[in-house]
Amino acid sequence: MGQRVGLEVSLACSEAAKLANVDVIAAYPITPQTHIVEHLSELVADGDLDAEFVPVESEHTAMSACVGSSAAGARTFTSTASQGLALMHEILFIASALRLPIVMAVANRSLSGPISIWNDHSDIMAERDIGWIQYFAENGQEVLDLTLAAFKIAEDKRVLLPVAVNLDGFVLTHVIEPIEMPDQSEVDAYLPSFEPQQKLDIAHPISMGMVGMPEVYTEAKKACLDALEKSYSVIREHWDGFAKQFGRQYKPIESYKTEGADVLFVTMGSLGETCMTAVDEMRAQGLKVGQVRIRMWRPFPADDFMAAIKGAKSLVVMDRALQPGAVSGPVATELKSLLYDKGQSIFVSNFVIGLGGRDVTRADFANMAKKTMEAQSAGKEIACEMWGVKE
Amino acid sequence: MNNIAAKALENFEKITAKKMPLIEPLSKGHRACQGCGEVLAMRLAAKAVGEGLIAVSATGCMEIISSPYPQTAWECPWIHVAFENAAAVASGVEAGRKALIRKGRIKDDGAKVVAFAGDGATADIGLQALSGAMERGHDMTYICLDNEAYMNTGIQRSSSTPYGAMTTTTPPGKKSKGQVTWKKNMPMIIAAHNVPYVATASPAWHLDLMNKVKKAVTVPGPAYVHIYAPCPTGWRCAPEQALQTAKQVVECRMFPLYEVIDGRFVLTKDIKKPISIEEYFKAQRRFRHLKQEDFEYIQKRVDWDYERLLALVKATNPEPAE
Repeated sequence: MGQRVGLEVSLACSEAAKLANVDVIAAYPITPQTHIVEHLSELVADGDLDAEFVPVESEHTAMSACVGSSAAGARTFTSTASQGLALMHEILFIASALRLPIVMAVANRSLSGPISIWNDHSDIMAERDIGWIQYFAENGQEVLDLTLAAFKIAEDKRVLLPVAVNLDGFVLTHVIEPIEMPDQSEVDAYLPSFEPQQKLDIAHPISMGMVGMPEVYTEAKKACLDALEKSYSVIREHWDGFAKQFGRQYKPIESYKTEGADVLFVTMGSLGETCMTAVDEMRAQGLKVGQVRIRMWRPFPADDFMAAIKGAKSLVVMDRALQPGAVSGPVATELKSLLYDKGQSIFVSNFVIGLGGRDVTRADFANMAKKTMEAQSAGKEIACEMWGVKE
Repeated sequence: MNNIAAKALENFEKITAKKMPLIEPLSKGHRACQGCGEVLAMRLAAKAVGEGLIAVSATGCMEIISSPYPQTAWECPWIHVAFENAAAVASGVEAGRKALIRKGRIKDDGAKVVAFAGDGATADIGLQALSGAMERGHDMTYICLDNEAYMNTGIQRSSSTPYGAMTTTTPPGKKSKGQVTWKKNMPMIIAAHNVPYVATASPAWHLDLMNKVKKAVTVPGPAYVHIYAPCPTGWRCAPEQALQTAKQVVECRMFPLYEVIDGRFVLTKDIKKPISIEEYFKAQRRFRHLKQEDFEYIQKRVDWDYERLLALVKATNPEPAE
């Protein structure tokens, strides 16, 4: 059995990479990811983790070096945030197209400008279509567990895709939480060493990253798309396996007090915990509210989501990034598209909240629910709203 | 400086015409233009590395012509990721293999990680990644195949395009002589990183080129070879003139052949009686618009560069004390 310790969440993330016995870490410092890579550097410097720490000169090179090391057959980890993730942009698509099981922790932070080091989801939402498996952790324990599971999922030969584990900058990264640390033997039983299907090996030469002429490009993209879609069941399988090994169960969509709820909040990431408290308070006042948390963002777990919202009359969808010029934020756009496909005309309100580290309180949730219910009962349309903008 | 490279090269076995490796990691059947000096240089370099080659290509002509899926001209492990990151990818391959060898998960098969990139991918868009890889000390070789412009996209200027050259983005006109900046001196930039081995080479001296590449992969740590790679298509010369051009550029002192071994400059082809630069320019239509005054201007700068190189050779090879 593991041990329960008080640990900064960033360090829990690094410890997960250590428990996974990663071979290479290529990373560049950026707030609020720094503690993750600093701790990994210490682990390597002290000989507690036998890995190459490649202190690169940019995030573009961090991801490029990760591609190289993963292609060489090494278990590879990196972490970044915000501008760093944006700088990786070009290579993120190539990493998934080359089917390389890189694991990356993204300490979610807003994008410039104005420059802001604080938390929102602008960084990862700008990378929505990179073809990676993407999920969101809600607390420190999830960060550790989901990072460990990420290697298992990414390296599964039915998947072979990179995984981005999202954790909210500062709100999670810099907070000390009680965390159950698994024993190395338990981790080893769950996660054997990486056995690549193909690698750069002079005994078995292969060409990677070849030119895709119009005759093959579409099919190459389809193969990647299929791999991402099919990863859904493997992710579930390995999360179930994780529960068997470590006793903690993770699901693509989590529900909280959804039974009998008319109004459901939809959240991603650490906001979920504030929302739960708000739901408790509103329930105590007799309001029929509940909450649905999206853990798995890509591939999007459509059926799980539809099952989770069954019976609800309206959804209050939280977006933590803007989609300028669009009809709603990225999460709401996704959900409204899904609801249309499923022939559901459930009432949806959409609030863009908590940008650039702006606090989101329990009262905010109560007010957003109120606004939604009023609009719905008045039969009024409700447009996507940037919440709490000072006049 | 220490003597890492010199030590590693103590028993260096030279490639000679008689001992020419038969291996062809870059096989025939690629799609390069007729008379391409770049693919010739890359083929010679790959032969010189031999069996252990793991090649990393930057986006560019050499990547396009060698890997139209499902065909590949590469008989060795090969990876292409993007334009500006060949050095970064190579550094990752090296780090990954290093960790796996140390952890006993793969055997040390003596493989050599070599990045190939054009001048744009090296001197412009990939300069930062290259500097980082050289500075971090990875055991890898970076080979710049310099055809002096962005040929793959249609002959646009790079910072490696020589003064006066016509490209599609430096067209000579009433108010322009074509390229008006001097060629960026990449080998000197890498030499300033104090890596164990830096060299320049020309396919006109094919054995010299191959031996420099072999030395580069023999020395531990980062090494850089800058190879002049004639492009008849982009330079507007006849395909059969590629090698003649590669010879003349050295003979007119515009592209001197030298090595920097542990910081010590060594001239590998001392041009005592240079030919005129007009002689070198003659066959290439990219220089046709230049006038006598331009030749004089260029000649002055070529002389200055060459004198500086000779001074560096002298300064780093002190006369033994009496």
